[in-house]
Amino acid sequence: MIPLHWYLLVAAGMFALGIYGVLARRNAVAILMSIELMLNAVNINLVAFWRYMAPEALNGQMFAILVFAVAAAEAAVGLALIISIYRNRETVVAEDINLLKW
Amino acid sequence: MTITPITIAFFIMAAFTLGGSLGVVTNRNLFHAALYLVLALFGVAGLFVLLEAPFLAAVQVLVYVGAIAVLITITIMVTRRIMGVTESVNRQWPLAAGVSAIMAITLGFVVLDRFAGKLPVAAVPGDNIVRLGEALVNYDAYLVPFEVASVLLLAAMIGAIVVARE
Amino acid sequence: MGDIFTTIYNFLSGLLVGWGASPIVADAIIAFLAAAVLATCVLLILIFNIWLERKVLGRIQDRIGPNRVGPYGIFQTVADLLKLLTKEIIIPSGADLVPFFLAPIIMVASVILVWAVIPFTAKTIGTDVNIGVLYLAAVGSLGIMAVLLAGWSSNNKYALLGAFRAVAMLVSYEVPMILMLMMPVLITGSMRMGEIAAAQPIWYAFSMPLAAVIFLIAMTAEVGRSPFDLLEAESEIVAGYQTEYSGFAFAMFYAAEWAHAFTMAALIATLFLGGWRGPGAEQYPTLGFIYFIIKTYAVYFLSIWSRGTLPRIRIDQVMSFCWKFLIPLSLILIVLTTLADKIAQTVLMERFPDYMSTASLVDMLPRASILLAVNLVVGALAVWWIALLGRRERQRQEVAISHLAPVEVGTATK
Repeated sequence: MIPLHWYLLVAAGMFALGIYGVLARRNAVAILMSIELMLNAVNINLVAFWRYMAPEALNGQMFAILVFAVAAAEAAVGLALIISIYRNRETVVAEDINLLKW
Repeated sequence: MTITPITIAFFIMAAFTLGGSLGVVTNRNLFHAALYLVLALFGVAGLFVLLEAPFLAAVQVLVYVGAIAVLITITIMVTRRIMGVTESVNRQWPLAAGVSAIMAITLGFVVLDRFAGKLPVAAVPGDNIVRLGEALVNYDAYLVPFEVASVLLLAAMIGAIVVARE
Repeated sequence: MGDIFTTIYNFLSGLLVGWGASPIVADAIIAFLAAAVLATCVLLILIFNIWLERKVLGRIQDRIGPNRVGPYGIFQTVADLLKLLTKEIIIPSGADLVPFFLAPIIMVASVILVWAVIPFTAKTIGTDVNIGVLYLAAVGSLGIMAVLLAGWSSNNKYALLGAFRAVAMLVSYEVPMILMLMMPVLITGSMRMGEIAAAQPIWYAFSMPLAAVIFLIAMTAEVGRSPFDLLEAESEIVAGYQTEYSGFAFAMFYAAEWAHAFTMAALIATLFLGGWRGPGAEQYPTLGFIYFIIKTYAVYFLSIWSRGTLPRIRIDQVMSFCWKFLIPLSLILIVLTTLADKIAQTVLMERFPDYMSTASLVDMLPRASILLAVNLVVGALAVWWIALLGRRERQRQEVAISHLAPVEVGTATK
């Protein structure tokens, strides 16, 4: 049987890569993809802890399902915003979207 | 640690997950980055299967690969005119890499310190999916979060339509 | 049938363990072998299916169909296959190579993977996972990704336009398809394909005819068959997303398409026509396999028939038919069916204590008649509704052309 920390290490690596992507990528779609990576890393952790700590409880899986719903909502609204910005300003580079910055 | 088909499958899925994630954040071609995202999401689905959560694995493929990845790919195609002409990372990328490395080291340290070598406390109950389904519509369990998630999805759907409409 | 497989399994397992493999490794190797054999069988049966379809289409169109290679042209497909294999794979300039060759592979895989959960007999099923129906939906959604990859990586405007069209249509029709997949699940109370097939002493196509029809329409759209064959409408967008494919890569798309049609038939046979169920099928599993094949080919014939008869519809008609008609209808049907079933369950439970049982035909009769009544009422309303929509559309068109001056007969020739 695989020990718990292997899963947690994979999730930690994925989460760290996601953080790098969110902070460093310029394209807004790429930032959104990195956010999806972070959400997935969290999901691995939730399910791994559910399996290894409390397989009779439902909390772990239930949280993962709610994360799915939030991720789907976030992707739909985020991509709609990106398309809308692209139509108005001809750019999807996050730094150039600075109208509300002083 | 003996090598069994399960551990081999775990290593393959972990390689998919981490390799895909690396591709997403480093690839300059956004379309390829989206493909790496699909690979990483598949890896996560495989990990869910290994964790004996087949329901979540199927939902992962259905929601992420079938819906979110397709949405992202289409957005990349629609906004492709400026894709690839600019630098893929901004000026603060060394800082970002540093933050990410510190995060990884901290998380790795905590994981190895607290959870190293832990094995499952019990087997997964056979009727797990049945109980999951019943808990979602049980007033004392998860009915309210379920309804809130539904309302959230509805709001997101209406919002996306309103925002993206010409 | 099931006993044959058990014998083969025991033989192979003994052989591998005798060679020094541990039982777990032997199981893994046998599982891989079984998957390979199943996938190969699905692809091999295509050779016959393609010949059958061309022959039937020929008859529908008052032609003979393939008749040169072998008796009745039965080896025509083999000849075509050899021709496709020997042809060059032309790679368009500017193509994105990895996605270009990944797309046909994913396409074929998304179809073949479905067969893992289809019960062939009472005992024989690839793997009876407890999320079978969800697995079907998840695997089906992989095809969308393949279409996108093919359309984008070909570096061709027709391919990209075809891919956008295909994705819009496939994503839309997935909604009614999954909603109707839920109907057998709701009545059976399980997502296992084996249990769904076993729970049909009365076929679900008889107790829920409207659900079966909606599922058939949505699946036809997913497969992209006529009247939904506008993904590759040759008069508009050449061949859609597969425009730039040639040789073996094209053969894979071709195979995936035909395999998808056959898979659809097998799915409908399992979910709505009782799968392997039939007289004597429980005692003699081989008989069940024969019933399954007969039902599958019956549905497959229906799909060939519609392909030979119906004209192609426009993309805007396809989309509005799905979003304005099929999805509301599916939602109404699913809500009313569950509501009626629940009410009947509480009311009739004293008189029919076996109301929820799906064990035998008599047990299921009260429940099936209630489901049938709901389906017929909703179906009648749907027919009335679509007739109304059609009449409005015709009137609108008549008004639109009524201001044009009528052409005097004979003036044009002067």
